[in-house]
Amino acid sequence: MINDIIFMNGYGIYVWSAFSFTLISFSVLYTVIKVQLAKEKIKFDAKYLTLTSEKKQAVRSQEVYKGILASNSVSKI
Amino acid sequence: MLKNFEPNKIFSITSKAPKYVLFFFIVTISVGLIEALILSPEDYKQSHSVRIMYVHVPAAWLALGTFSLIAVLSFVIIVFKNKSFILIVKSLAPSGLVFNIIALVTGSIWGKPTWGTWWAWDARITSMLILALFFIIYILAWRIYGEGDRANKITSMIAILGAINIPIIKYSVDWWSTLHQPASISVFSKTSIHSSMIIPLGLMTAAFALFSILIFLMKYNTELIKIKNKGLDRL
Repeated sequence: MINDIIFMNGYGIYVWSAFSFTLISFSVLYTVIKVQLAKEKIKFDAKYLTLTSEKKQAVRSQEVYKGILASNSVSKI
Repeated sequence: MLKNFEPNKIFSITSKAPKYVLFFFIVTISVGLIEALILSPEDYKQSHSVRIMYVHVPAAWLALGTFSLIAVLSFVIIVFKNKSFILIVKSLAPSGLVFNIIALVTGSIWGKPTWGTWWAWDARITSMLILALFFIIYILAWRIYGEGDRANKITSMIAILGAINIPIIKYSVDWWSTLHQPASISVFSKTSIHSSMIIPLGLMTAAFALFSILIFLMKYNTELIKIKNKGLDRL
């Protein structure tokens, strides 16, 4: 049973290569986008923390900034 | 209606949705992989190599679908000067390119046991390669021209120009004599695939679509935060 799944009548090398390539591509793309998103969030946090309290107030009053702050670590500080 | 797509309005959805989409993707791909690799039957002609279809076909469908969507939205951007779609088209491209590469590579792997060759310059394969080049040019154009009206115009023109290739890909197997087999599944006629193969194919297509949505949402959030970062600089 296990041998059938692995070797697939000699086609195993082709089938497993195709599936492996697909899953590796998915993992690489997911990781790259996740890292990009994390970098932008870190940049945002760093910039936000340097703002004066008036500017922070102005930022917090805007819906989209509020959303970003809620999803970032800075909101927990 | 188009105003509902404004980044500021949909961020509340795009920022929360990825974790749910990731959950559904993991569940669907797990079931899909079991169906595709273990439970589905082998083909009487192609034997087990037919299982490559469960990654090759969904990847090709999604690459085509993604580029078609980018082209339609680019047309709206150019004609109606609608800027709400700019972030959307920009965020769709990475997953489209990866699906296109997967379709080409898995097709090549499938070609070796089926046709006896890794590659053939036939109409379907060549037109898919051209689509991959359009994806690359499209992504590079965003990188080169950055943001602004010039970038929007150039990238939209690339997408609209590339859309000419979509019907060529679709009908290449009917218009020319190719190594690639004709479509087995059609919306308008009876499908020639057995139901035991339709189920894993449907599951894998759903999983690929969920992955595409997941990457789109994450990329969209990245691009939006990038813009808002610039907004903080201007304060």
